Amino acid sequence: MTLFGRRGALLFVLLAVAIALPPYCGTYYTRFATQIAIYGMAALSVDLLLGYSGLITFGQAALFGVGAYAAGMLTVYGLTDALLTWPLAILVSMLFALAIGALSLRTRGFQFIMVTLAFAQMVYYFAQSLRNWGGDDGFTLPQRDSLKFISLADHTTFYYVVLVLLVLVVLLANRIVKSEFGMVIRGIRDNERRAAAVGFPPYPYKLVIFVIAGGIAGLAGALMANHAKFVSPATMSWQLSGELLAMVILGSANSLIGPILGAAFFLAFRDVLSDFTEHWMLFFGPLLVARVLLVKDGIWGMLVRATGADDKLGEPKVDFPEALERAADSKPGAAK
Amino acid sequence: MSESLLEIEHLCKAFGALVATDGVTLAIRKGETHALIGPNGAGKTTLVGQLTGELRPDAGRIIFDGRDITELSTARRARLGLARSFQITSIFDSFTAEGNVALAVQATERHSFRFWKPAERIARLRQPARQLIADVGLSRLGNVIASKMSHGQHRQLELGMALATHPTMLLLDEPMAGLGIEESRAMSKLLASVKGQYTILLIEHDMDAVFSLADRITVLVGGRIVASGTADEIRNHPGVRVAYLGEEDDAGDVRANG
Repeated sequence: MTLFGRRGALLFVLLAVAIALPPYCGTYYTRFATQIAIYGMAALSVDLLLGYSGLITFGQAALFGVGAYAAGMLTVYGLTDALLTWPLAILVSMLFALAIGALSLRTRGFQFIMVTLAFAQMVYYFAQSLRNWGGDDGFTLPQRDSLKFISLADHTTFYYVVLVLLVLVVLLANRIVKSEFGMVIRGIRDNERRAAAVGFPPYPYKLVIFVIAGGIAGLAGALMANHAKFVSPATMSWQLSGELLAMVILGSANSLIGPILGAAFFLAFRDVLSDFTEHWMLFFGPLLVARVLLVKDGIWGMLVRATGADDKLGEPKVDFPEALERAADSKPGAAK
Repeated sequence: MSESLLEIEHLCKAFGALVATDGVTLAIRKGETHALIGPNGAGKTTLVGQLTGELRPDAGRIIFDGRDITELSTARRARLGLARSFQITSIFDSFTAEGNVALAVQATERHSFRFWKPAERIARLRQPARQLIADVGLSRLGNVIASKMSHGQHRQLELGMALATHPTMLLLDEPMAGLGIEESRAMSKLLASVKGQYTILLIEHDMDAVFSLADRITVLVGGRIVASGTADEIRNHPGVRVAYLGEEDDAGDVRANG
């Protein structure tokens, strides 16, 4: 249903642009597109929590940073096989997510936001205290990892590898949110009390999605370490956590594609504006406020509506007034 | 006397100086429809909260199906067969009507850590859901997003969700709350159709419904049980008339038609 129809066509066009662009746009913009794909992946992991699980996390950058540090350290130690270092980076991030999630998910709402922020700051200062790894300055990687027969040193090749991984992550996440597990986390998001009342203990389900999202953020972090060949505590700063949330909100939460578009928009906006002023946030802030006040959902939602691909993902379209009218003569008890 | 399914023993719960549940002891028999009535502030909601596990009692025990469930979580109790509907509509807003029920059906499985197959294509969830949606009279609304349905339809949907979990006992917290006369009558009919198949504890203000549906009635006032018995016994109980029905009411107002 989602692979065909207008929504499918829209996705196809976006993907085609992402594939076709780099050869024409030079190294600078290829690197820029790589950055978008990486932050898009991290923002998608935030969307899994914010949009699908109702968990507002302010600490996703920590997991992103842990992935970056893990990949970076392994590379410095000479483990440059991407098929080894990247999965290890994902694993380490998932373990961190397990520890952070196990504790912070015992709280809710505003407390949860603050607790995730607090843990992220702990990880941040821990990274800063690693003297052997440059402390606050971070460290550089001697080279990018290699992927069997493919050299990732070339920016265009690396971009395509990141793009393939991003597409795989989208497909995987799409599968997860539509699965039975996905239904449970969405149910918990809609109404945690009701979910418990029908028999789903909320905690373990929330913990598992937190760990999955942590793994995705970790992969994005590992890619970032390879992209920049540089890792520092800045990769796990709370500002980044906030920016990831902004990307999700800009792009449309609860959509998986939205956060990637949000990342593109956010980074492009910053790139252009910071040429004029270092106080680009002064312009970005009002834009974010306008988005929340004026538009029902973000960029992806607007695109979907503008192209008439407005059937909710996977949910059958219902002509609402007519359905209600028909229901008027189906009274309770009539069926028994 | 037949066997009890739910036994409440000396249950107490206080909020500060306010004693909301004051030594309640009550046994619900297997298969009966037992109504719990009482004026506002009698402690009905607090009692329900303790039965579902959302509130921890200060003292006392709750035995369900021979098992002490006093310390169990809400989800565990639901899995043991104690299903509930909420006084204030409580559904999964962004799901379709059928999706709501399908998720409740899914809750009966041992766990839901299955990440691959799309839930909407799983027949063992969707088929019972479709059937239940029809059973509660919503067959034409299966694909409507729940948040767009009317209040009355939400109440029907809630009952469908409660039934979907294969319960042995239904805890219905004011299923008629906020319904119009027509809708109330329809809901009453619907409840009559499931009566006998499940053990039901019905908390309700609608006296027509209570006296027509309930096998036995318990009256709660100020956190205490003042009376418990059949509809006739309750109707003629002097203490109940004073405390709850109001002395000036004549028996005709609480007519029983069942």
